[in-house]
Amino acid sequence: MALSTVLETPEAGFNFDNTARNAALEGLFDGGQTPKPLKTGTTIAGVVFKDGVVLGADTRATSSDVVADKMCAKIHYISPNIYCCGAGTAADTEKTTDILSSNLSIFSLNSGRNPRVVMAVNILQDMLYRYHGQIGANLILGGVDCTGNHLYTVGPYGSVNKVPYLAMGSGDLAALGILEDGFKHDLELEKAKELVRDAIHAGIMSDLGSGNNIDICVITKKGVDYIRPYKESEYKDARSASIKLSKKALR
Amino acid sequence: MLSAQSFGGPGKMKEYHYTGAVENRFSPYAFNGGTVLAVAGEDFAIVASDTRLSEGYSIHSRDSPKCYKLTDTTVIGCSGFHGDCLTLTKIIDARLKMYKHSNNKTMTSGAIAAMLSTILYGRRFFPYYVYNIIGGLDEEGKGAVYSFDPVGSYQRDTYKAGGSASAMLQPLLDNQIGFKNMEGVQHVPLTQEKAVQLVKDVFISAAERDVYTGDALRICIVTKEGINEQTIPLRKD
Repeated sequence: MALSTVLETPEAGFNFDNTARNAALEGLFDGGQTPKPLKTGTTIAGVVFKDGVVLGADTRATSSDVVADKMCAKIHYISPNIYCCGAGTAADTEKTTDILSSNLSIFSLNSGRNPRVVMAVNILQDMLYRYHGQIGANLILGGVDCTGNHLYTVGPYGSVNKVPYLAMGSGDLAALGILEDGFKHDLELEKAKELVRDAIHAGIMSDLGSGNNIDICVITKKGVDYIRPYKESEYKDARSASIKLSKKALR
Repeated sequence: MLSAQSFGGPGKMKEYHYTGAVENRFSPYAFNGGTVLAVAGEDFAIVASDTRLSEGYSIHSRDSPKCYKLTDTTVIGCSGFHGDCLTLTKIIDARLKMYKHSNNKTMTSGAIAAMLSTILYGRRFFPYYVYNIIGGLDEEGKGAVYSFDPVGSYQRDTYKAGGSASAMLQPLLDNQIGFKNMEGVQHVPLTQEKAVQLVKDVFISAAERDVYTGDALRICIVTKEGINEQTIPLRKD
């Protein structure tokens, strides 16, 4: 029955078709520097509260030491009742969550039911384990379904943990400090939002890979509140107009 | 089940050799980030640096400026490996004192630059991992900037950026101070006020896009009256 959601059955074993091409590419670039994939270098956090789940993320995407995107969206839509925060390689988190979302909407149409969070987690775990860590996606899945409020983490090798609160990404230790201190079971909505906001803020200030604004997503039985940005960065553009560029008329 | 797996890069497991030689490498260098900038004007020189000291993705200090005062007319900016920056400035200070005691005069900016070049080349085969820029006034009272590489190659410039965000700042300075790639603009000489404002704006821009630059900006303005220091805040995230 579940096979209707799997678009294709993959071949057994690893696929080494691209190794020759990769070896050729290494030689092409000066100094052997192949183009680096964009990593998000992130702080993401999630908390289960009385009526649902709150997910939070910063908005900075870095390409090694340079900020590539100051307002990137790290909280991805999976289904109307499930959202996912992604840390790690940007392309991997985007595509993995997209594929997951497509598969779950096929399931919803087939069965007429809202998908459960465990289903999303199992599909992700299957896929990431199959690739043995080659897909660099660290994901926090949060959602509300008929069985309750759930928060899971899935690692790049396919490990799964079900937890009441969580932080991932390069800023996770700073955020976890705040969460460990402030978390209680059955928090109220406003307290939960503030806790996640403070956790992401700690990650932003202590970690060089995280920064800019804070996005928050609140999922409850009644619906989803995706607040982007929940808190704008306090650092506004303070430049004067001292930089003057010339104008040139092109014929 | 493998418990403590070592990572050989994103999404890759390191090879396990249970027999045979295992090479563990200790690197004597670390990269502590930071950006320095120097601009020479008609009768002034500006040396500016951010104050963030970082390592990897962590911050060691938000208040560690990289400009060091050498004499009343010379300031040096050092970025790179902080351990080597500290040792190098101590060595330069000692050499300045020795010169003063032997020759009964303070070293000029040009002389300090030449001396630094020999100090750096003396360690050609185990270099000081420092990017230096000296800013000061020369014997005629005009602004002078000398920029170095880690092994002592140097030249006199009008403006130079060094450190982690140097590749972002240098083209902007080329355009605004050197008037490169601009047509039909008058080449007005740079005033002190405009130079200071430009330096502030350029660092605010660098802090937006370079993760190692931020926290605060320390500007040292060298004129014949002395050295004036200003600190302005930058992004802390």
